[in-house]
Amino acid sequence: MEELFGNFGQLLSSTIRNATPLIFAALGGMFSERSGVVNIGLEGLMLISAFAGVVGAFLSGSALVGLGTAMAAGLAFALIHAVMTITFEADQIISGTAINLLALGGTGFLMVEVFGSGGTSPNVQGFSAVRIPLLADIPLLGPALFNQSLLVYLMYALVPTTYFVLFKTPFGLRLRGTGESPEAVDTAGVNVFRMRYYGVALSGILAALGGAYLSMGILSAFTENMTNGRGFIALAALIFGRWHPVGAAGAALLFGFAQAFTFQAPQDVVPLEFLQMLPYVLTLIVLAGFGGRAIAPAAVGKPYRKE
Amino acid sequence: MTERQSASGVADAAPVVLEMKGVTKTFGPVVANDDISLTLKRGEILGLLGENGAGKSTLMKILYGLYSPDKGSISIEGEEVKIKDPKDAVSRGVGMVHQHFTLIPRLTVAENIVLGAEPTKGGRVDMARATRDTEELCERYGLRVDPRSRVSDLSVGVQQRVEILKALYRSARILVLDEPTAVLTPQETEDLFSVLKELVGDGLSIILITHKLGELRGVSDNITIIRDGKVVDTVKTSDTDEGELAKLMVGREVLLRVSKEKSEVGEVRLSAADLVVKGNSGSVAVHGVSLEVKAGEILGIAGVDGNGQTELAEALAGTRVAESGAVLLDGEDITKVGANGRQRLGLAYVPEDRGTKGLVQDFSLSENNAIKTYEKAPFSSRFGWIFPKAMRRSAAENLRAYDVRPPDPDARAGSLSGGNQQKAVLARELSGDPGVIVASQPTRGVDVGAIEFIHGQLLKQREEGKAILLISLELEEVRSLSDRIIVLYNGRISGEVGPDATDEELGLLMAGRGMDESA
Repeated sequence: MEELFGNFGQLLSSTIRNATPLIFAALGGMFSERSGVVNIGLEGLMLISAFAGVVGAFLSGSALVGLGTAMAAGLAFALIHAVMTITFEADQIISGTAINLLALGGTGFLMVEVFGSGGTSPNVQGFSAVRIPLLADIPLLGPALFNQSLLVYLMYALVPTTYFVLFKTPFGLRLRGTGESPEAVDTAGVNVFRMRYYGVALSGILAALGGAYLSMGILSAFTENMTNGRGFIALAALIFGRWHPVGAAGAALLFGFAQAFTFQAPQDVVPLEFLQMLPYVLTLIVLAGFGGRAIAPAAVGKPYRKE
Repeated sequence: MTERQSASGVADAAPVVLEMKGVTKTFGPVVANDDISLTLKRGEILGLLGENGAGKSTLMKILYGLYSPDKGSISIEGEEVKIKDPKDAVSRGVGMVHQHFTLIPRLTVAENIVLGAEPTKGGRVDMARATRDTEELCERYGLRVDPRSRVSDLSVGVQQRVEILKALYRSARILVLDEPTAVLTPQETEDLFSVLKELVGDGLSIILITHKLGELRGVSDNITIIRDGKVVDTVKTSDTDEGELAKLMVGREVLLRVSKEKSEVGEVRLSAADLVVKGNSGSVAVHGVSLEVKAGEILGIAGVDGNGQTELAEALAGTRVAESGAVLLDGEDITKVGANGRQRLGLAYVPEDRGTKGLVQDFSLSENNAIKTYEKAPFSSRFGWIFPKAMRRSAAENLRAYDVRPPDPDARAGSLSGGNQQKAVLARELSGDPGVIVASQPTRGVDVGAIEFIHGQLLKQREEGKAILLISLELEEVRSLSDRIIVLYNGRISGEVGPDATDEELGLLMAGRGMDESA
């Protein structure tokens, strides 16, 4: 019995750890897509920020500085996407793909430039687990939920914050309006381009938090292509969660669970490669089953051109 | 400008609230507005009448700050103003109800109304206040709307009220409505006009843009007519009639009412039995409709937009699969036959949306002309290659016969005006000498001159013994062309009447009245 609970606690804790980067990125994608800009560059944004965070922490010796450089990098690359798609009306999928390729190639190249070799970077100061007294003593859930990195606690706060911003503030109303009908927002005297820039910029900053958590929360080093498709899974979580912060977080938890299960399952029975496939297969099934019926913001993917 | 006292009693002494002087706007070589001047007085309803493309909308977009004029000045309340963008216009008290609503379907009425000018409380949108303010405005002007309902759940008429409320919420003193009745039933139109009168009674001034001659009667005080970007005249509504207005608008005498010859009604050519059709959303749009169209008659289908007309037409034409029921052409079941097959059997289809379904905008007129028959002689060989010369020759003939301007087979379809595009569709569909014609809103967004031509063509086909199904949102059109009229409401036939039915009779059927007893 005890062993079972122990395993369950471990599985839950691992689920949270795996879901956290997905939730950050999905919340980021939400701001972008709610403003009407598809951001499949989440993957690349996470990867770049994961790298930039490690470089910042490596050079300064401070995890906080690393977090700052990660967010700056995420913002900078998101702005490239914004300039391409909003100002120059480039295809949003192509621009996002370019960001992903740039991130993969760029970090590989810079690894060698900065650290002298590819593969994995030296260890840096990261955000190690912080135990929250009392809460962490709750049986079963406590250790899993409240003995985590600071970034996980930030994620806990960001889900309701995103909900509040999106559904209760004028900014959120305008952002949602922009993704639904930019013409309507424009005639109401709101600057469509500015709203979309905000949306994409926020997606960069939030994806950066996800990337930083990968390289400075779960690990304390950067590994080439360490995102390994998490940006795309986050996108799937966003769609499965119907572009709603709570829904997306729930979907991300489901995907996080699938990943956690991969590590926990008895590997002598099922081949490891098969288990590693699970999160992606789950993504496919979920998108095929629910993706079609999910209702995206009406104007997502369409550049807005003023008459 | 005029020395006369207007119908609704707007005194000539009433202060001028808006004066546009010498407004000129060009787009490349096209002069959309050429030295246009107009004045609007407090409490006045001014009709702005002109054909599509005459420059009405351009002028109003200048007033609303969406375009900047090349020349000319705008004065509001006697003060010359520069309007840079819609925000500027709104702050000067100008409100606009666009032809295509600028509402966000998934938001509530109140959210739509306050968007961009949200009342806040501690950083959040004060929805309670937004709802209260909306309710107050509704109360004051007799506009019945529930601020809490979602816009996508509202009828078009109610959505229009939301648009008006949006302008009023921003304290509009000058309200511009662009083709507001295009989407309304006769009753809704009446309701709208009484709201407008309420508004001018409260000191607002209104500009009503339209290309429909009849509807300004009884509403507007004065009418300014625009043709080819120039003001032709400004007349007092009570001193004019439709004939005079049409002449001013088009620049020549126009046949307003088509004269319909008696025609020989023959056998049933096209019929539908218990047709059930789903709409794009997946819900049933046509609930078991049965009808018959005989040779030599025009069967008109009236109804408010979105009551299943589109789905019915598409199911008859074969571009949409019916869930159940049957379509028969000359007694033969063609339910399983595709659109192309039906075409070959002699069923012509004029789709309601010429822009996306009637023509490929980026193809030439000659390619569009052959788009349904390109795989047959004389357009292609049996080995599969096409003969552009033959296509061009046939197109040139058709374009001339249907007075398409320019009659150039190599012109890009998208470069033509709406009326000429529609004539090009008609030319293709009718040139194959079909036995049955399904025409869905054949004159939508088409100017008076082209309407006259298209009506003439349809009547000619009728006299030649063709069976014609005419779907239209324009009551006048249905009435003047049809031999029988069926009214669709919520995907069901709510009644059948003759062409001499009154507005009231048709209006009631269009609102679904008369079905209650049977249901």
